Amino acid sequence: MTAAPKHAPKMAELSLADRLGPWMPVLLVPALVLLGALAIPETSSWLTLTVSGLAMGMMIFIMASGLTLVFGLMDVINFGHGAFVSIGAFVGVTVLLLLGQMTGAPSLGLNLVALMLAVIGAMAATGLVGWAFEKVIVMPVYGHHLKQILVTMGGLIVVEQLIIVLWGPEEIYIARPESLKGAITFAGAALEKYRLVAVVVGLVVFVAMRFVLRRTKVGLIVRAGVQNGEMVQALGYRLRRVFVGVFIAGSALAGLGGVMWGLYQEVITAHMGNDAMILIFIVVIIGGLGSVEGCFIGALLVGLLQNYVAYLEPKAALISNIALMVAILMWRPMGMIPVVKAK
Amino acid sequence: MTLFRSILSGDMPRSTVLAVLLALILVGLALAPFLFPGVRTVDTAARICVFIVLVASYDLLLGYGGIVSFAHTMFFGIGAYGVALSLTHLGRGFGAIFLGAGAGAVVAAALALLIGLFSLRVRAIFFAMITLAVASAVAVLVSQLSGLTGGEDGLTFKLPRELGPAFKFGKEALGGELFGVKLNGKLLAYYFVFAGALVLFLMLLRVVNSPFGRVLLAIRENDFRAEAIGYRVVYYRVAATCLSAAAAALAGSLYAIWLRYVGPETTLSMELMIDILLMVVIGGMGTMYGAVIGATLFVLAQNYLQTLMGAASGLVEGLPVLPELLSADRWLLWLGVLFILSVYFFPTGIVGRLRGGK
Repeated sequence: MTAAPKHAPKMAELSLADRLGPWMPVLLVPALVLLGALAIPETSSWLTLTVSGLAMGMMIFIMASGLTLVFGLMDVINFGHGAFVSIGAFVGVTVLLLLGQMTGAPSLGLNLVALMLAVIGAMAATGLVGWAFEKVIVMPVYGHHLKQILVTMGGLIVVEQLIIVLWGPEEIYIARPESLKGAITFAGAALEKYRLVAVVVGLVVFVAMRFVLRRTKVGLIVRAGVQNGEMVQALGYRLRRVFVGVFIAGSALAGLGGVMWGLYQEVITAHMGNDAMILIFIVVIIGGLGSVEGCFIGALLVGLLQNYVAYLEPKAALISNIALMVAILMWRPMGMIPVVKAK
Repeated sequence: MTLFRSILSGDMPRSTVLAVLLALILVGLALAPFLFPGVRTVDTAARICVFIVLVASYDLLLGYGGIVSFAHTMFFGIGAYGVALSLTHLGRGFGAIFLGAGAGAVVAAALALLIGLFSLRVRAIFFAMITLAVASAVAVLVSQLSGLTGGEDGLTFKLPRELGPAFKFGKEALGGELFGVKLNGKLLAYYFVFAGALVLFLMLLRVVNSPFGRVLLAIRENDFRAEAIGYRVVYYRVAATCLSAAAAALAGSLYAIWLRYVGPETTLSMELMIDILLMVVIGGMGTMYGAVIGATLFVLAQNYLQTLMGAASGLVEGLPVLPELLSADRWLLWLGVLFILSVYFFPTGIVGRLRGGK
């Protein structure tokens, strides 16, 4: 009888690269900020640009988060998502224009109340439209990507045209509420108040979303549904209903993003959602379709990069986002945080 | 009959109504300057010719490959700008036209290869999103690089003398007229566009009825299975993208030759992309003849439906909202509705219906 072979298992520590792997996307944001600091010599301009980049990123995240979740959960790709951005902006701005006395008053409290009312109005409207959109347009084409793209694109056209019918073809100019105008000076850099508010709102949305997804039962079902929908259904949960809920929530968030985006640009047009879709798509692709965290990081990267490049070389700003997307897809073809499906 | 069959690459209309319609369109387009003399009608006929090729090339991608692209107008524009730039810088000659069109097609195919390799190797839906982003970036780039492309104003250029209205021929033999139509360069330009479109369309018909086209269909139906049988799905998809881009660029060249002008509005706009989508879906995805029917119907509707809607809106004057809904500017709204309905209820389009609702 021969002796058993020597068995000496070793607990080798993972190499640094392996341990860093999952964190790489997270580290990209500070790396980009540092790179910006090196490329832009004046600290004050760098700070201004960083804040506006973060603000822009947060707004894109708010608009894009619904799209990525909807895709992750039900494999539905909604090219009409931009329609909710437009509707949100138009409803929100209409409310703000109706409350002109409140937004014109130099009191922070009144301004915020007006803004809250506008946001609630916009989110309610887009949530409702989202529900109808899901019922009428998306539901008949489940599981068929080609038709989904075509039909939701058709939905986008129809909604855009309806906005023109209801609000007229001209662009609408909107002034920000009185106390959110202007900028505060910090360390020699002028930081627009509105952008700071946008950063705060974006962070709140992200943290709330993460909380719901990680700490609540609904979030658990949603996350499980993303990984393996059939199994969740087999366990007795009605994933359809969860999905409709997510669709409505995502639409409402797009509406919130639309109001913020409209106030950021101070002008709204019927096709603004269509324009926003381009950035939204870049963000969800580089983030990894279905991943909220990836979407957040992707949005920040896009916002920061666009602002830095626009300052350094205005003409290159357009293609900077495409270049970023190409670079990230070369590094990780499925996006920064790929969603693993159990199939 | 066998010759006829081989010209159509063995893809017969397979429906009497469809065959009659196609023959009517062919005869109508071939004799358009004589049957419907008039600047506007001949212009409409030339637009139909160009759009048939453009829509057919898109159908190669969407109907046969099952890939949605939003960059088709970009390729169309590349071809148009290729001809425009070469005619502007190399002088008015046929050499410049062919060089410009060839260069446009090569650039379009190369760009398609690049985009395809990036997105199609992962998932086909990435392609739709990435093309949307790239196309919009290119459109903005074209309007910004005004030194090269003329910006928003576009470029106006001169064609070879033989294709201009000032060139007259047939003076001695026919007295400069045939059936009351002046024999001039504009007529030649129309037939140049018509012949180009016909050749390109027959070539596309050849492609989709080749073994390559069969593999594309197999991939559209079940890509996993096609891969398992041994076809490299990504290669076929990328090849279809490149072919379709090159054909679209050539269609763009024809369009530029006809208009003697290129601009971002006419060649690169998102509206044009939506028009193409509508034409493919209404005509019938996955059949080249669908492109013919779709493009013809759509261009005719675009030209004449708006007048009709204007009249309808006049009828409901005074009622709330309705005049707004029916005004001629809102025709895209109704097309959008029609588009959604046809994706649901007639996914095979008019041609599919005519062929027996398969």
